[in-house]
Amino acid sequence: MPLLDVRNLSVDFKTANGQFRAVDGVDVQVDVGDVLAIVGESGSGKSVSMLALMGLLPWTATITSDSMMFDGVDLSRADDRTRRSIIGKDVAMIFQEPMSSLNPCFTVGFQLREALKAHLPLSRRERQKRAIELLEQVGLPEPERRLRAFPHQLSGGMCQRVMIAMAIACKPKLLIADEPTTALDVTIQAQILELLLDLQKDTGMALVLITHDMGVVAETAQRVSVQYAGQKVEEQGVNDLFANPHHPYTDALLAALPERATTKHLPSIPGVVPGQFDRPAGCLFSPRCQFADDHCRQVKPGNAPAELGHARCHYPLIKGVPQREAS
Amino acid sequence: MDNTLIEARGLSRHYDVSNGFFGGTATVKALSNASFTLQAGRTLAVVGESGCGKSTLARVVTMIEKPSSGELTLDGHHIRSDEPLTDAQQAELRASVQIVFQDPFGSLNPRQTIGRILEEPVLINRPDVTKAQREQQAREMLAMVGLRPEHYDRYPHMFSGGQRQRIAVARALMLEPRILVLDEPVSALDLSIQSQILNLLVELQERLNLAYLFISHDLSVVRHMADDVMVMYLGRVVEKGAASEVFDAPRHPYTRALLSATPVADPTREQTRIRLEGELPSPLNPPAGCAFNPRCWKAEERCRQSAPELDEQEAHPVACYFPL
Ligand SMILES: Nc1ncnc2c1ncn2[C@@H]1O[C@H](COP(=O)(O)OP(=O)(O)OP(=O)(O)O)[C@@H](O)[C@H]1O
Ligand SMILES: Nc1ncnc2c1ncn2[C@@H]1O[C@H](COP(=O)(O)OP(=O)(O)OP(=O)(O)O)[C@@H](O)[C@H]1O
Ligand code: SF4
Ligand SMILES: [Mg+2]
Ligand SMILES: [Mg+2]
Repeated sequence: MPLLDVRNLSVDFKTANGQFRAVDGVDVQVDVGDVLAIVGESGSGKSVSMLALMGLLPWTATITSDSMMFDGVDLSRADDRTRRSIIGKDVAMIFQEPMSSLNPCFTVGFQLREALKAHLPLSRRERQKRAIELLEQVGLPEPERRLRAFPHQLSGGMCQRVMIAMAIACKPKLLIADEPTTALDVTIQAQILELLLDLQKDTGMALVLITHDMGVVAETAQRVSVQYAGQKVEEQGVNDLFANPHHPYTDALLAALPERATTKHLPSIPGVVPGQFDRPAGCLFSPRCQFADDHCRQVKPGNAPAELGHARCHYPLIKGVPQREAS
Repeated sequence: MDNTLIEARGLSRHYDVSNGFFGGTATVKALSNASFTLQAGRTLAVVGESGCGKSTLARVVTMIEKPSSGELTLDGHHIRSDEPLTDAQQAELRASVQIVFQDPFGSLNPRQTIGRILEEPVLINRPDVTKAQREQQAREMLAMVGLRPEHYDRYPHMFSGGQRQRIAVARALMLEPRILVLDEPVSALDLSIQSQILNLLVELQERLNLAYLFISHDLSVVRHMADDVMVMYLGRVVEKGAASEVFDAPRHPYTRALLSATPVADPTREQTRIRLEGELPSPLNPPAGCAFNPRCWKAEERCRQSAPELDEQEAHPVACYFPL
């Protein structure tokens, strides 16, 4: 049984122009010790799907799912008390904007001790001791001094480490890291990713890594889930995904990487992601897909079998060749 | 024919900032002693971590700011820190050097139509051009950057990030510049859009023989675009040379660390990563000696005593006592 098993998750937002579907029937499975990367275009619903799981979306959001099982508990049906005992403790999240998720008015130490207080029965002294341990664990030098610092007195890399320290304070079984290194320099990024992978190896913690950087995916993930316009369009082990992408979007995305370029001219995907008002009737990728035909434009594709990466496509690719017989 | 468009010698830009509680002032050496040349049709990339002075260099080269010291020759005009330019010289230079910023959302006026945005630089710098000529020029430019004629009357918020970046490039090209400074032109864009913009830049360069000063922290993009590379650390150029040499045989330990820290989109590749300890030091209080010494695995006593210089005479110079 997977640690996390989310089925058919959808999120709709109430907007001034009507309902907007940000996440559309997404499945997420994560095993103990797994590293799952979620990639996809900006606005494809990566953050929103994980925030839905955490129960952190505003009231304008309507969340539906068949189930959201975490460690034997269905979060979509659990009462508030049960949810609170799990979220923030067994499931923790590092948010996309680190600066805005640390409170500028309180010291790092205060915020870290509060996080501990909410979930663990520790005395004041024990909390202080654990806070120091945590900062040491995330590699911040002079932890006692850092605990007295306010967020603005720390560099971006240090703030990100504090965020990680807060997220792992209660030894979560699942850590969701939303673009944890995007704002950081590559030498600092390397340190942070190594830290996350060490935690995952040492404690068996599962890691969900949301990123748009295919280099980070290649070097850290075991499995990769690709999202497009709110839908999961493919999922594969990392080596297979890079070697043999089955969905035309994944294929085009990898081809657009400058490091794969063979000439000065890069393959590119024409057009843009559909928005609220121009969602195609059939496959959401059909307006930009080089393999699309009338069938694609009219009929929504289902998911291909697991050996074809569950590709949500009428004609999944094998080594770049669409399988017209498949449907 | 010598088609050198930028020649910079010992360019520096320092800022005086108030120094916290004591009311004193301190100096941030955002850019120190940078020298380089750039020819028509070529791309010089500037790489390095946040705060190393890339945007400062961009502002000095585009004359948004004056150098604190050093010499700059742009398209044949000498610019000196102690000698102001005449208005006519300024206008002429403005036309030949243009800049495109990172943020495709912040850099366009939301209240102006695309047509107006494109025509404004012409309106300001070329008052003799008629309205009809301006409009025609703007419409031609839209086509050149791959936008559609009907976009002329629309407002920036109606465009995607990639389209806005095309508009920013189009605006920069309206005065027919010879030098384009691109400060992180694709950093805010998705991979699928990034390749469209990079292709556009390559095409325009071939067609118009533009010189690019290309600033990016994404080394895979730099490798794709650059002829030459200049690596900066804490305001100083630490290594420069042909892109292939800098990437394939880096000589400065920092360049080597930067390259090895950059994730490669190939899961089968063995990683051999140089672990750099510590963070980037504060530019207000740079370390004595070589600025990289506290993080450098090759550092010896000498590195802590004095700062190594870069020998401008070499083809692939490096500012390091113990180059690789
Ligand atoms: N509170 C909200 N109200 C309305 N729409 C929202 C809200 N939050 C997010 N959205 C929309 O939902 C969609 C998915 O957003 P999400 O933040 O999940 O994207 P993402 O995949 O994380 O993108 P990025 O890579 O840019 O972080 C977007 O179109 C976004 O504009
Ligand atoms: N107007 C200013 N006054 C004082 N300090 C400044 C000013 N502009 C820049 N600096 C400082 O100069 C240094 C170089 O800044 P710059 O913006 O050139 O860096 P950068 O390499 O472009 O960084 P990034 O990759 O984050 O864009 C930084 O330490 C910055 O804080
Ligand atoms: S269903 Fe058709 S349009 Fe959609 S990705 Fe597959 S081939 Fe392309
Ligand atoms: Mg997001
Ligand atoms: Mg900058």
